[in-house]
Amino acid sequence: MDSSHGTTSFTKEKSEFNKKAIWKTFWILLAITVFELIIAIIYFETHFFPKHILNGVFVIMTLAKAFFIVAEFMHLGHEIKNLVMTIAIPACLFIWFLIAFMWDGSSYHDLRMRYDSYQYEQSKTKVVQPEKHEEGKKPGKE
Amino acid sequence: MAHTVPVGQKWWSGGRSPFNVEYGKLMMWYFLMSDAFTFGAFLISYGTIRFSSSSWPNPNEVFRTFPFIGEMSVPLAFVSLMTFILIMSSVTMVMAVGAGQIHDRKAVMKWMFLTILGGLAFLGCQAWEWTHLHAEGAWWGRNPFMNIDGTQSTTNFTNYFFTITGFHGFHVFSGVIINIIMLIKTWRGDFERTGHYLMIEKAGLYWHFVDLVWVFVFTCFYLL
Repeated sequence: MDSSHGTTSFTKEKSEFNKKAIWKTFWILLAITVFELIIAIIYFETHFFPKHILNGVFVIMTLAKAFFIVAEFMHLGHEIKNLVMTIAIPACLFIWFLIAFMWDGSSYHDLRMRYDSYQYEQSKTKVVQPEKHEEGKKPGKE
Repeated sequence: MAHTVPVGQKWWSGGRSPFNVEYGKLMMWYFLMSDAFTFGAFLISYGTIRFSSSSWPNPNEVFRTFPFIGEMSVPLAFVSLMTFILIMSSVTMVMAVGAGQIHDRKAVMKWMFLTILGGLAFLGCQAWEWTHLHAEGAWWGRNPFMNIDGTQSTTNFTNYFFTITGFHGFHVFSGVIINIIMLIKTWRGDFERTGHYLMIEKAGLYWHFVDLVWVFVFTCFYLL
């Protein structure tokens, strides 16, 4: 990691700002987004692969994009390690946060399907697709 | 930067900033951390509700319109345009920061102006999308869309969509206001007087954060 970035010197000759790296990041972000869209549309048209795998791909791509934005655009990749760690370590709380709450959600889903007969009926009953622009169609309340 | 940090530099022995960044910039980072947890809480709440629901509307069905082409179905095209606009405005923001580092006032003004335009274009797109969804009968407490498996869906979908994209849109809006203030300050020559363009860098951090959040909103609402 390049840790030669200071803030106390504002001299004109230090032009370490790298336009090329920025455009490279831009093209990477654009390419990832376009790729995501293409597979989303292929899935929508053909249902070619299982949705679970697709979702995994989307999450990985999203994290990759987040990494490039934070590291290059926000310049965190070029700050010193102490600073990087005060950002990166608290962000790890999200790992627990995600696992705990997704688990909770799916547990709630299982409980409802087992014990709440109304919810179970609702999840099995197909409704007729309403006409477009039908105002005030109130869906069933949770 | 001009000086290189020697290996084994003792950062905590006093006499220098241990993080090697200016105070305001460090605080901007910590503010963004707290903001990230706010957005994270919103998105995780959305995820929890989605996991607890047996089915959910299909984003390819809901977000399939584009301005000026009538009812033609182009799934996700419009939101891709919005994503492109936001990434592009992030690039112009980095250019403004880079120009500030070499004290090129004219270039800072040019890039800040383009960044503001990008932000306004994004807000315009979002306004169009909200108006269109509202015309289709979607709003807080109203959901005209069926679940993907044809069952009755709840208002959770629209409630979360409008709340989270609205909260993000509000961040974009405040980012545009901050950028306009920075443009005016640059134009007045304030940063030439203080001797550095660090304010542009701090505004830039905020602006990239808005882009970062959009990456997650985009995935959670339009792809998954």
